[in-house]
Order: sequence, then structure tokens, then C-alpha cells
Amino acid sequence: MSVIRASGGLDCHLMSGCGFPAPGAEIFQFDALLSFHVGPVAFEVSKVTVLLALTCVLIIGFFTYAFRRPKLVPRGAQNVGEMGYLFIRDGIAREAMGKEGDRFVPFLFTFFFMIWMLNFMGIVPGAQIPVTSIFAIPVAFALIVYLTWVPLGVYRQGFIPFFKNMMFPPGVPKAMYVLLAPIEFISNIIVRPFTHSVRLFANMFAGHLLIASFSVATFYLISASVIGILGSVASFAVTVALTGFEVLIQALQAYIFTLLAAVYISGALHAEH
Amino acid sequence: MSLLAELTGSIGSLGYGLAAIGPGIGIGIIFGQGVQAIARQPEAYGIIRQNMLLGFALAEALALIGFVVPFVFGP
Repeated sequence: MSVIRASGGLDCHLMSGCGFPAPGAEIFQFDALLSFHVGPVAFEVSKVTVLLALTCVLIIGFFTYAFRRPKLVPRGAQNVGEMGYLFIRDGIAREAMGKEGDRFVPFLFTFFFMIWMLNFMGIVPGAQIPVTSIFAIPVAFALIVYLTWVPLGVYRQGFIPFFKNMMFPPGVPKAMYVLLAPIEFISNIIVRPFTHSVRLFANMFAGHLLIASFSVATFYLISASVIGILGSVASFAVTVALTGFEVLIQALQAYIFTLLAAVYISGALHAEH
Repeated sequence: MSLLAELTGSIGSLGYGLAAIGPGIGIGIIFGQGVQAIARQPEAYGIIRQNMLLGFALAEALALIGFVVPFVFGP
């Protein structure tokens, strides 16, 4: 339905004299299903909010089910849950932080599966919007990571040494610090949370826009002409191929977000040498 | 000053094309060197892959910022 709406109505086709209705940023805006006020703050519940809540329920439900009665020899759902846990512990936490990373496995585990499932909503029929392509959500995630590693670094290294280690890396000629210290400060404190959120957002945004463009093209090109039909079939094939590619990107972006969170926390735990 | 050349239409897409040059070269170098490192030392696959993806993510961020900026600042 939304493809038809995005492509400018049922009558908009190649030969009907209407230009290609390229989808833009408006396909990421949804009507409010429900709106209410709590004091002066207005809340709106849209499709995205519903999907976000649904993802939380699914993840909590699955892992509660998987570990409800843990057995020594895992079977079925417990096996899947343990594989996920070991992947985060051995593949991300211990690689980045060593043995100390074990304490941060629940943190990283939650991020990885939450982001993966939110991304995955982009190709679930009926949902078809990656929830992380709404900028507020990756910003919230990046902010949680930021508010974890900065206070952690101050707590573990002390306020002055934390910033000194960050801004004055050893083994550099003294005169270079004039240039290096502000760059390091800006890149670590200001740019880092920004790129951390934009990376996830932009990947999902671009991927969804690409799939939407080819879906709209598939519909738009249906017309009484050979070129139209061939183009429509080709666009449909590209849509399917891109959906497969998106599955890969969704998992990769969840992994990269979690890996970067682990690297940031590891940098806060120990001064870089 | 008289105009020598003028560009109309979607300037954002041109900007994105320019923004993709550097990261494109960077990502090529990262994965090329990464595959070479894995071929030389297959037993270090885990740590090479992790660092490869880390470098990829950092280089890719620039291209993605180039993609997002036209949407943020409008046509």
C-alpha cells in the first residue's frame, strides 16, 4: 500500500505523463496512531514506536524463554542464546578489553541484539521500516554509550589524567601538541558520539531509501511497452537482490556499533599506550 | 564577476559524489591490506577482521555524512 502511495497513486505509470516519483525523506515520516499529553510534554505513538516496543518484547521474551531452565547440555533455544552470548563475549568484549570485558558483556549483548532486531524490521513484511533509520533512536543509543565511557574514564583514570591521556598521547614531538591536543579533544569528545550515531542511522536510511526507490520503480514502469515491462522486471530483481544485501548490512552495522562501543569503553578503562 | 559555469538541479547528489571519493579509496585500501594480512597469517584472522571492520567503519562514516548532509540542510 505504501509503495502505491509513495509512487504517486495507482494511475502514475511510465506513459501516463507523470514523472518518476522518486521517494525522499518523507517515507520515514509516519502518521500518529495515538497522541496524548503528560503535563506539558506531548507524546505521539506511530508505527515506529509500536515496532520499537514489539522488538523489546520479542527480545526479552526470546531470551527469557531460552534461559528459563538452563541445562548443562544446552538444547534448542538455549543453544541459540548461548551462541549469541559467546559471540559477544569472545568476539567483541574479550577481543577489545581482555578478561575485564566480561563485566560489559550484558551491556554489549543488549545493544547488539536490540540494534540487529531493530534493523531487521526493515525487511519484515508489514513492518518494512528499519527503526534505526529514525535519527532519534541511534542518537539515544550513542548517547547511552557516551554517558557510559566518559564517566567511566573519569572514574577509572581520574579527571585530569583521563583528559591528559586523551589529548597528549606520548611519543610525539613536543611542538606537535599545539596542533594535536585540540584535534584529539574535538575528535574524541564531540565528533565521536556524532559519527557513532550517524553511521548506524545513515546506513539504514540509505539502504531503505534504495529499496524504496527500486520498489517504486517496479510499480512505475508497469506500462504497455516493452521497455516498461523489462525495466519493471529488472527493478524487481534488483529489489530482491538489495533486500538480501540489506540483511548482511543490518547484521554488520549492529556488529560495528557494538564493537565501537567496546573499543570506546576499553579506551576509558586503560590509557592508550 | 561573470559566471563561468553554473550548476542547477540536485547539488546534493554532486556533493555526495565528491564525498564518496576519499572513503572509497580508503575502504579499498583497508580491505585490500586486510585480505593480504589474512593470506599471510591466517591464524590471526580474528584480530585482523576486527581491526579491518573498525577501520572500515571509520572511513565509511565520512561518505555517510556526505550522504546525510543534503537531507539535513535541505535542497
